[in-house]
Amino acid sequence: MTMQAEKKAENSAAEALAAEEFAFDEHDFEFAAQGVAAVRAAEPVLPVSFTKEALLRLAKNRGALCSLFFILLIVLLALVGPLVSGYGYSQQLTGHDNMAPRIQGLEKLGIFNGSEAVPMATGVKIVNKYEKLQGGEKVYHWFGTDVLGRDLFTRTWEGTRISLFIALVAVLIDMLFGMSYGLISGYFGGKVDLVMQRIVEVLHGIPNLIIITLLIIVLKPGLPTIILALMLTGWIGMSRVARAQMLKLKEQEFVLAARTLGARPFFLISKEVLPNIIGQLLVMSMFSIPSAIFSEAFLAFIGIGIPVPMASLGTIISDSFKSLTAHPYMMAFPVVVLGLLMLSFNLLADGLRDALDPRMKDR
Amino acid sequence: MSDQKRADSAQNELFLAENALLSVRNLTVRFKTGYGVVGAVRGVDFDLKKGKTLAIVGESGSGKSVTVKALAGLLGENAAIESGSAVLRGPNGEKTDLFSLKRREMRRQINGRRIAMVFQDPMTSLDPTMPIGKQLMEGLRDHLHLGREKATEEAVRLLKLVEIPEAESRMRSYPHQLSGGMRQRVVIAMALSCNPEILICDEPTTALDVTIQSRILELIQDLQRKLGLSVIYITHDLGVVAKVADEIAVMYAGRIVERGLADEIFYDPRHPYTWGLLLAMPDVEMDSGELYTIPGNPPNMVGQTVGEPFAPRNEYALNIDFRREAPMFKLSETHYAATWLLHEKAPEVARPARFGRPPKRLN
Amino acid sequence: MAAYIFKRALIAVLTLLLIVLILFVLMAFLPGSPFNDERLTVEQIATLRAKYGLDQPLLAQFWSFVKNTFSGDFGVSYAIQKNVPISSLLSGRLPVSMRIGGQAILLGSLLGLVLGVIAALKHNTVWDTFCTVLSVVGVSIPSYVFALGLSYLFGFKLKWFPILYQSALPFHSSVLATVALSLFTMASIARFTRTELLEVLSSDYILFAQSRGIDGFRLIARHALRNALIPVITVLAPLVVGLMTGSLVVERIFSVPGVGQLLVEGIQANDYSVVTALSFVYSLIYIAIMLGVDILYGVIDPRIRLAKGEVQP
Repeated sequence: MTMQAEKKAENSAAEALAAEEFAFDEHDFEFAAQGVAAVRAAEPVLPVSFTKEALLRLAKNRGALCSLFFILLIVLLALVGPLVSGYGYSQQLTGHDNMAPRIQGLEKLGIFNGSEAVPMATGVKIVNKYEKLQGGEKVYHWFGTDVLGRDLFTRTWEGTRISLFIALVAVLIDMLFGMSYGLISGYFGGKVDLVMQRIVEVLHGIPNLIIITLLIIVLKPGLPTIILALMLTGWIGMSRVARAQMLKLKEQEFVLAARTLGARPFFLISKEVLPNIIGQLLVMSMFSIPSAIFSEAFLAFIGIGIPVPMASLGTIISDSFKSLTAHPYMMAFPVVVLGLLMLSFNLLADGLRDALDPRMKDR
Repeated sequence: MSDQKRADSAQNELFLAENALLSVRNLTVRFKTGYGVVGAVRGVDFDLKKGKTLAIVGESGSGKSVTVKALAGLLGENAAIESGSAVLRGPNGEKTDLFSLKRREMRRQINGRRIAMVFQDPMTSLDPTMPIGKQLMEGLRDHLHLGREKATEEAVRLLKLVEIPEAESRMRSYPHQLSGGMRQRVVIAMALSCNPEILICDEPTTALDVTIQSRILELIQDLQRKLGLSVIYITHDLGVVAKVADEIAVMYAGRIVERGLADEIFYDPRHPYTWGLLLAMPDVEMDSGELYTIPGNPPNMVGQTVGEPFAPRNEYALNIDFRREAPMFKLSETHYAATWLLHEKAPEVARPARFGRPPKRLN
Repeated sequence: MAAYIFKRALIAVLTLLLIVLILFVLMAFLPGSPFNDERLTVEQIATLRAKYGLDQPLLAQFWSFVKNTFSGDFGVSYAIQKNVPISSLLSGRLPVSMRIGGQAILLGSLLGLVLGVIAALKHNTVWDTFCTVLSVVGVSIPSYVFALGLSYLFGFKLKWFPILYQSALPFHSSVLATVALSLFTMASIARFTRTELLEVLSSDYILFAQSRGIDGFRLIARHALRNALIPVITVLAPLVVGLMTGSLVVERIFSVPGVGQLLVEGIQANDYSVVTALSFVYSLIYIAIMLGVDILYGVIDPRIRLAKGEVQP
């Protein structure tokens, strides 16, 4: 390198600086107060924990947040709703049958004032049953009443409570059983895995519908039977996820390290592997809840749901189906709640999946 | 790029360095991400000469892959070329700015025919559901409009060119039937199928067995000589660079921090980051038992940054490094480095003693 | 490939045998069956048992049960239509259910594919949002809610289509049922296609193809769609289950004289033999389709077809 070239280089750089009128400070060309040690010491710590980061990502997902809000709202109403309406869920009020929704305040706007259009031979006629009822001006059925004169607001939330309960219990048992099955199968591998997986494959070949219907006609219909039926069909998916994760994690360094140190299988599975797959299983169960709710509603609709006078969203919808054309309002509210619940759980599960696995985002 | 920008760049005279096949000037690429705008590439300049090999070296996230993807028109939807030009010299001396081409023109005229790429992982670069012969013939038929027989002949010739045994029968193989090294040969044959002038190799050997790596490198070098190719290597492996490069550009945080002829970089490196990279390279003559690592992690380039991105990891950081990025200092016609240590007022620095010549400062 | 098919077929046969065993046990032992009806006298029960061969040794019973079941002889109905052979009940109903199911899966797959492909190609646009919302709503809304909505709107209010199925108008009166059934298929396929296609579009081989100048229709048709659609075949089996479940409800709502309705009636009337027979038929269809999908997948995907130590160094 010639002196000339160096001079020129310096000049051009200096010119560039001068052109931008950058003012150097007198200390600019002193070493910064950091030596090797300081740099080494400043090795960055992980900025945010994984869980926290996932929650932050979830918080950014408007759809998921909205869904969470709706789920909480529905759960709250399911808990409180039956208490505030002033009616019992199986209480049949004589003369209160087939009453259209009437809500304080809104009735002044001409909606939800208790009147409904009834098709007659001579054409459509507007009828308000509250006017005919003795003392009817003080009666309010927010969602109306059914053919037996039961308050639908109370029944809808009571039904929601039962539906949610069924789904939660079924999914919880599913998760525990499916997870254990999958983890054991994946951890031990070899022959154990082979046998366990053949069992799963054969069971997977039986349509859920058949398992559920057979079970229900064999056992007495009721809450435990339905939960059992839902549980029996749901665990397979869960076990597959758990097994796949186990297989993946088994070979990773931290598990291998614990293994060589002589950790017991139970300890390994619960302490080293479980924390790493719990997120995935959570997502999976979030997807299972709506499908359990749906299965329950489906059973109710084909006539093998929980027995009267208990109510679930499914049985209410199924009952009101018969008067769909005459009194569509009877079905509208439970259907909206059911749809909203399913949609919210699905969206929240989507959001959760994206938050836990950012790579899945935009998929 | 918007029409306005396209018109602007057409008005400015297209910059093409003398005796260069490709000149990139002031290339700036930004990504829009969920966390904000990321300045992935910030004002990159380099020239590629005919028949020569340029290696772009840097850690992951330094912007080296983005740079070449921009050249090949392969940036994703969330990336935008903010400014800059990449001028390619045509056979009759005409100049084409790659960034002024529409996507369609890019695919028709440039991709495969003038600039081809080889990617890191041959396991995933090939379509798993199509025989390799058919994939190889795609470019021949679409771009060169060869008939089926001609294309088959040419495909076999290409397979032989990359030294694949039993080329005729291999035509019907699916990618999963070939080993990693074989697949990378097929990938190279496909890249070369339409006689490009420039071959971009993005970490072409990283995913391969060590034993196969050097054979693939030799193959590329051999083809380069036979076909008169100009090659750009993207790599973090200085071992690869030492074998193949004529010129080297070191990238950090979206900028080229030092560039020069291979000898200049290896024997007279000027930027503390280059020192770090070289020290981190294992060496048979190394006396100390411990391998050097550059402390800290590459910076997160979200939003606006102040000062040198490398400063927090730099043992030789000056106060000004935290205030302002260093301009490019010219050391020779071919050697440039962007560090304040080259400024006339900078203190004397004892460079790590391992490089060829003693440290020398501009004055 | 032959080994692969053999293994799949073996599992299918095993599953089917297991199902037959379960059905047999249910028929023979459980209380509440027609033979254990409290109103029957001991003599009547004995006559019935003799008539249906239930006084034979267990193994012989099982053998004849297996033989009869696989030859399509499911015995007679006890409750719905007394003493009518179930096979003749089925023969009238199966074609109707199959036709509506077929229509639904055709409609659902076609719409689903189109929506999924549009969503993936127009990623992050209004189109994508529209398709995604539609598919989330589709998997979230139970098919019977949708069926009821359709029936109320297009049948009752607008009167475009008959509310109930009429044998005289086999197509026109099955439109609403078909659409209701196809919703789930459409939504699932759309969702899955979108995911798969996006995955493929971001894959290295697409990038490599683009770097060789392959673009637009050629790229999508040759590389992207082929690879994205292979896995879509795997969702067909679960979708068939969805259709079966859906058909129970939809057939009830539109009073389609199909197998689903028969099963519901059987369940409600505790007609064991009908439920058993239909359980077998449903399982058979499901298992056959699963096997078909597995084999098809193997044939289409060269990684499975040629997966036998053919890797060359």
